Amino acid sequence: MEIDRVEIQTTLKPNFSMSDVFTHIRIRPARGWTALRLGELWEFRDVMVMLAMRDIKLRYKQTALGVIWVVLQPLVAGTVFAVIFGRFARLPSGGRPYVLFVFAGLLGWNLFAGILQRAGNSLVVEAKLITKVYFPRLLIPFAAAAAALMDFFLSLAVMVALLVWYGVWPGVSLVLLPLVVAIILALAIGISLWISALNVRYRDFMYILPFLVQVWMYSSPVVYGLELVPEKWQSLFALNPMVGVLEGLRIALLGGGSVGIPLLVSGSIGLISLVSGAFFFRRVERGFADNL
Amino acid sequence: MDEIAIRVENLGKRYRLRTSTRQPRYRTLRDEIMHLPKHLWAAFKTNPKEEEEFWALRNVSFEVKRGEVLGVIGRNGAGKSTLLKILSRIVDPSEGAVDIFGRVGSLLEVGTGFHPELTGRENIYLSGAMLGMRRLEVRARLDEIVAFAEVEKFLDTPCKHYSSGMFLRLGFAVAAHLEAAILLVDEVLAVGDVEFQRKCLNKMGQVSRGGRTILLVSHDLDVIRRLASYCIWVDGGMLCQAGPTNRVVDAYLNASLWRDNQASGRASFQKDNRNIWFSGACVDGIGGNKISMGGTLVLVFEVNANPAFARTPVCFAIGLRTEDGMAVSLVADVDSGFRVGEGVGNSMQISVTFKKLMLYPGRYFIRLWAGSPDGIETYDDRQDCLILFVTDGGQLSQRRLLRSQGVCFFQPDWTIKPQSSSLD
Repeated sequence: MEIDRVEIQTTLKPNFSMSDVFTHIRIRPARGWTALRLGELWEFRDVMVMLAMRDIKLRYKQTALGVIWVVLQPLVAGTVFAVIFGRFARLPSGGRPYVLFVFAGLLGWNLFAGILQRAGNSLVVEAKLITKVYFPRLLIPFAAAAAALMDFFLSLAVMVALLVWYGVWPGVSLVLLPLVVAIILALAIGISLWISALNVRYRDFMYILPFLVQVWMYSSPVVYGLELVPEKWQSLFALNPMVGVLEGLRIALLGGGSVGIPLLVSGSIGLISLVSGAFFFRRVERGFADNL
Repeated sequence: MDEIAIRVENLGKRYRLRTSTRQPRYRTLRDEIMHLPKHLWAAFKTNPKEEEEFWALRNVSFEVKRGEVLGVIGRNGAGKSTLLKILSRIVDPSEGAVDIFGRVGSLLEVGTGFHPELTGRENIYLSGAMLGMRRLEVRARLDEIVAFAEVEKFLDTPCKHYSSGMFLRLGFAVAAHLEAAILLVDEVLAVGDVEFQRKCLNKMGQVSRGGRTILLVSHDLDVIRRLASYCIWVDGGMLCQAGPTNRVVDAYLNASLWRDNQASGRASFQKDNRNIWFSGACVDGIGGNKISMGGTLVLVFEVNANPAFARTPVCFAIGLRTEDGMAVSLVADVDSGFRVGEGVGNSMQISVTFKKLMLYPGRYFIRLWAGSPDGIETYDDRQDCLILFVTDGGQLSQRRLLRSQGVCFFQPDWTIKPQSSSLD
């Protein structure tokens, strides 16, 4: 290797901005619970944006149908469910067309399950990054969730098309939609934070996750409605936080009914899981690089 | 320029190792199932005190002043990378504290965050963000980065179609344009072809002259000597020595020479199922296998034969290669007019003397070969069985001889030609 000809730069002008000099970082062994340091998340927002954009771009590279897959998957699933549960099993759908009923349910469920699956494994998938560069690790599951949210919006467009086709107008209840989506996000991200962090130490969660998602789906009103559950069990059933949001989503998109208490339950559990998940994540994230 | 950029105080990193003496290393699935109840029980009653502690780094303190280039040297597993990872905030220290004044950019690999499916342009933005650059910063320096990496034509081609050289160039280019006041660099330069390494080194030299603070971890002591003004030597997780680069590097070299000396100046071999075989060999130099440049190397080996092969003619050869795998020479006995025509008998000791060994200082590996005189049959072949150290020649040379400059040392006659005679 020739190294004697290192060129001497003539200008000795500092090639960094002087304001950087005043940044002070103190690294100490941290113990116990720590602050969430949300300011730091904002500082590194570009990382999250780039990670999410990468996920979205990579998703359907080298597929012939590309982004159509996002729409095709729930459409096919919805059709299958509509035939099996709507036609053959004749599950009640509260007077609304069963196709719309099940598609609305799938819309909410796929958002939830999509985030769980992507964000839950995100840290293990990004192991190479975590062991080579620093940025707040919280951004990784959030970026994975952002990619899943993108899929949701595409499916929502299909939902709107279906509503127009069937001539259903949701009305004022539509204002519920942002709230319901926010609660689903809080729930899914909160649970993902727990699972992804635990997954680093105990890879068992990688195998538990698909199983959990499947069992949870059938214990949530995705293909059936809340009215199918016997009256006396309904309040117990509503302790499942997905009950409130899925019913809420149907009301927001298809109108009719009311879902006060279950939605409140969902919202509270969502908030609790998000905050606790974030604190738990911050607590264990310093060991990630050692365990990956 | 007396301001402190990095201050490290009593830094330590502890790892816990599970003691696995109770379980064999490899287990079959059947064993796994058979022992499942026992394992479950053991898992529950595992006493945390049974875990073994291992300090990858302990009691390390040093300071780096603003604008200084600090080299970090040490053997593999000495704790260099752990130190760098703590400073980069990738792993948490177990004790002690670090203060860093200024924005930090850490380059622990070339092409951080690169994804082969994305295009060059997309990867520049992605990697830039990972390393801590704002989107606008990346955009402002995009042309510079692309020009440095020489990938203009392939900017919008997925990186998986890049040659490995292009991939590395692009990765380094992004990192090299990071506008951080403090750079932490780990062996990044140890990749790519020679041309690219030179380019990276030039860039590093420029960067360090731009007033930035750099902490450079490398195995390449020439690079450290070239770029770093101060140096710390880490061994066994502890700080061995700190000070001006040349002093620390010399001390490190002496220590490692001494350690390796103990290792492989002589060797003995197994017979296995050979008919004619080497049973032992050694380098007979001044201090074991250490000879000074231009000195005499004596190589002694013993060769044995089964009774049925005691009269078989044997031919010997000695191979010499450099540390980085380049063959220096293959010396055959016939070249010196030496032959064991009547066979080696029961056993025979042979001594080979190299007078005036004009090799550059460094480590060389010796290979012993024995075979039939026509070279078709090989009786025994011992690759890299001995290590030879050639040390600086003292009065032979008036300058530092770097192994990177060559292998053979020549001292031709230099004369001044009379002006009148023409060069034809």
